[in-house]
Amino acid sequence: MRYLDEFQNPKIAQGLIKAIEGLVDRKIVLMEVCGTHTVAIFKHGLRRLFPTSLKLLSGPGCPVCVTPTQNIDAAIWLSKQKEVVLTTFGDMMRVPGATGSLEKQRAEGADIRVVYSVLDALELAKTNPAKKVVFLGVGFETTSPSIASAIYTANHEVINNFWVYVCHKLVPPAMRALLESGEARIDGFICPGHVSTIIGSLPYEFIAGEFGVPCVISGFEPLDILQSVYMLLNQIKEKRAEVQVQYSRCVKPEGNEKALSKFNEVFEPADSNWRGIGVIPGSGLRIRQEYSRYDASLHFEVPTHQVTEEKSGCICGEILRGIATPLVCPLFGKACTPEEPVGACMVSSEGTCAAYYKDGGIIE
Amino acid sequence: MCLGIPTKIVKINGSIAEVEIGGIRRKVSLDLIEEAQVGNYVILHAGFAIAKFDEEEAEETLRLLEEIGI
Repeated sequence: MRYLDEFQNPKIAQGLIKAIEGLVDRKIVLMEVCGTHTVAIFKHGLRRLFPTSLKLLSGPGCPVCVTPTQNIDAAIWLSKQKEVVLTTFGDMMRVPGATGSLEKQRAEGADIRVVYSVLDALELAKTNPAKKVVFLGVGFETTSPSIASAIYTANHEVINNFWVYVCHKLVPPAMRALLESGEARIDGFICPGHVSTIIGSLPYEFIAGEFGVPCVISGFEPLDILQSVYMLLNQIKEKRAEVQVQYSRCVKPEGNEKALSKFNEVFEPADSNWRGIGVIPGSGLRIRQEYSRYDASLHFEVPTHQVTEEKSGCICGEILRGIATPLVCPLFGKACTPEEPVGACMVSSEGTCAAYYKDGGIIE
Repeated sequence: MCLGIPTKIVKINGSIAEVEIGGIRRKVSLDLIEEAQVGNYVILHAGFAIAKFDEEEAEETLRLLEEIGI
């Protein structure tokens, strides 16, 4: 496929690996923030190709994994309300809350439907005026502009039986929280490519400026990731800390202004609770006053659900903060597998535990 | 969740584009990008085109990769 195969050329990959080897003369820890990068790194076996002193750490960039139990329980509660059709992206179905999962709830008779796009949920509302269609809004800046666009359209077309239960999160505040906690050593960040198509490179500048940690916004093909690692290692070697864009074919420094304008029209920042991390100031979104009639939490008066502790032994929280790997979890591959997940990081295909499991669970 | 694939726009009708991915055509919203035209490559995510794909930048990145990798 055009512009995919060219970025998978094994001969160039070998050359890049050699160049990377030449730049690693001590232990270096890089974090890939985005779950899609984690999957790509495992899929292409990149960890096995790196020198042993170069470690890659997976970050909190899997939206499914960082959605706290209280949101899952609220979604389950919403699905039980009269005439409600709860619509969601498929990867939320199996995430365990305190009162079960959406998949279990559907098996018990709730009208829960998996959609590919929020536009499918909006269409469902248009064609079923007697139903109350609620969309479970999960995802980072890649996804939230499309939800903003749907709310904007619903308002424009006066669709009155559509609501969004907003659980969206923002990536840069989470990266700040990781750095401020100082729990994990991070020498450089491989920054998310598709989040950055929307927000651009400027929102990461504080990481280089305030914390002196190099950043490279990366594409998702193997050569993209190898080049990003090479760029980070060069910055580290030359004692520079900058935000560079490797994925320049899709990311502009200013981001996608049209998407950002819709996003800012509908949403405003709010404090948000991250599973395994806790509340991070300004790291989530809420619907602005002007569009609040589309806010499911207000319309349905969703009760506040308590955040429940992870099941005994589950270390998803430590994994999301980059201070533990799945290999030290007593449940990994035994009590917790993709078929019978205990923690959220094993549920999502982009979760760190699922990626380690699929890889055979042997790479450290 | 943040999967995005470069796909070519083959038809535009208002704010809806038809794109082709590996021989399969599907409709996507152009509400989030500026001035898309037939023949442009775009990155798709959950039913929306979220970014225009810059072919010149892609060629430049490939040129740089060859420089480092060979």
